[in-house]
Amino acid sequence: MRALDLIRFAREAATGNPLRAGLLVLAMGIGVAAVVVLTALGDGARRYVMNEFSSLGSNLVIVLPGRSQTGGFSPGNAITNTTRDLTIADAQALLTASAVKRVAPLTIGTSEISAGGKLREVMVAGTVSQYAQVRQMAMAQGRFLADGDWGRGANEAVIGAKVRQDIFGTGPALGQLVRIGDRRFRIVGVLATAGQGLTLNTDELVLVPVSLAQAMFNTNTLFRIMIEAHDRSAIETAKKQVADILQTRHDGEQDVTVITQDAVLSTFDRLLGALTLGVAGIAAISLGVAGILVMNVMLVSVSQRTSEIGLLKALGATQAGIRMIFLTEAAMLSVTGALLGYLLGQTAAALIRLMYPTFPAYAPNWAVLAGLSTALVTGIVFGMLPARRAAALDPVQALSKR
Amino acid sequence: MSATQIELERIERVFHLGDSEVHALRGLNLCINAGEYVAVMGPSGSGKSTLLNLLGLLDRPNTGVYRLEGRDVTTLSPDEQARVRSQRIGFVFQSFHLVPRLTAAENIALPMVLAGLPAAQRAERVTQALKDYGLEHRADHKPDELSGGQRQRVAIARATIMRPAMILADEPTGNLDRATGEEVIRLLEGLNASGVTLIMVTHDNALGARAKRQLLMQDGGVLADQLQTATPPAEAA
Repeated sequence: MRALDLIRFAREAATGNPLRAGLLVLAMGIGVAAVVVLTALGDGARRYVMNEFSSLGSNLVIVLPGRSQTGGFSPGNAITNTTRDLTIADAQALLTASAVKRVAPLTIGTSEISAGGKLREVMVAGTVSQYAQVRQMAMAQGRFLADGDWGRGANEAVIGAKVRQDIFGTGPALGQLVRIGDRRFRIVGVLATAGQGLTLNTDELVLVPVSLAQAMFNTNTLFRIMIEAHDRSAIETAKKQVADILQTRHDGEQDVTVITQDAVLSTFDRLLGALTLGVAGIAAISLGVAGILVMNVMLVSVSQRTSEIGLLKALGATQAGIRMIFLTEAAMLSVTGALLGYLLGQTAAALIRLMYPTFPAYAPNWAVLAGLSTALVTGIVFGMLPARRAAALDPVQALSKR
Repeated sequence: MSATQIELERIERVFHLGDSEVHALRGLNLCINAGEYVAVMGPSGSGKSTLLNLLGLLDRPNTGVYRLEGRDVTTLSPDEQARVRSQRIGFVFQSFHLVPRLTAAENIALPMVLAGLPAAQRAERVTQALKDYGLEHRADHKPDELSGGQRQRVAIARATIMRPAMILADEPTGNLDRATGEEVIRLLEGLNASGVTLIMVTHDNALGARAKRQLLMQDGGVLADQLQTATPPAEAA
């Protein structure tokens, strides 16, 4: 039998019973669509998180007060377990490290901003001019905080796009005086819109010099120290140098946590990659179920078409020929279902992207390929038994069955 | 035309029904020459259908030798038997056995499709067959849109499309009224006249009497083997 004839014959046999064929295609389609959509969600989550962390800045090393890892027993722990706070002096000391390019201390608090009778609560970040470079922030208007002594600062503030909108509306913001907490600041710059992030939402942020922020919140500690290494290869060196310097300054106690962006990134990458693989596996179960349905439907088809099989044998079809006819039908239904599911899944993923533009819900290629090939393979494997049964039928008995 | 086409030697066919054994054919010897017109008759259970199935290679004897055109076909593999069926044997069934989802033309072409003949050759032969059997205007009709006579004509066209050496017909008029049955028989006799061996199982004595040779079967053996020299139509024997 020629391939083209085989396909046409199988197609006519399949469409001869539209309900049966339709249900099978649907089951296979749902299976593949599930793989596509679920992996699109999983991988989308991974990409989303990766994007967010990448937007923190490049070659970033971050110092957090306190030790988050358990490092076993150390003499330091026995004497005291209160951690020393990070201070501006600590941050300044880090500038001496050879692998460090820029350092920006960061202190965070909430306060109220008011101008022209309008008032709203904002997140206030106290930092220095280098922060703009470390975090790679873009300005919409004006300039960032001025360079100068970290211990003193001018009464100037940089505001996020949303804050500008809320306080000044469409009016000019640059050069205006605002009240933040109990101090007066002059607006020197407006940040470009960056969108919602996993970290600080810079659109609703007000940045002031670090010394003024500490005074405002009545503290002398820092929330973070953001460090930029010279280049990617210097990140590990910078991490070690920073840890050493701070240990020396804190009387030999390792009471800070130094993390690198790479470490955070690769951890999330692994974590969310495994998650995607997991949901893909769950979705694959539905493909297995669809495969069993293929077998069931094809078995019914064989018993319904027994007399036809007998006829085909009488007309000279070989056993292999009859196997091929039924296998082709099973494969064709599976492929149709897989393609339908692929389209369905991609449409659903596109809808998700349309509804949540920041969420990159793209199904990874490996998942799409795996989904399609699993559908085809299950279709053929589960089509095998019915096809063999058809080929093994006794022609005389098959013909006599009505 | 008188070469021996079919040679059966001591054919035994036993069916097991539960504990009992049924001898459908016992010690059957039979020779049929190419181009013969044979009617196989006998009561139900006499082994007519079993004989026809054996001749058509749809069934195998338990013992004995079946030589088709000088070649022992009982020892062939199933696939080789399938090829013999495809090339040498045409079947006509009582219940037509048309594939319901295929059109008349597609049903006629089915043996050629299974044999893997090129499409152009198929189209040519189908067109010719449709014309020969007066089915030109029914080519695209499905079997359920055809009358009984038309269905059996499609079936005969299908049986002859591979130009077989013999036609095996199992009660070809059993599901037809007298007039259409007569028409179908004339078609089959026409084929026989062109040299194709025609072996027909029938209950109908009048129909059997038209054959040049009558094989009367009983209890799995041949009771009488009459050669009729007179040409049909003849009276009931």
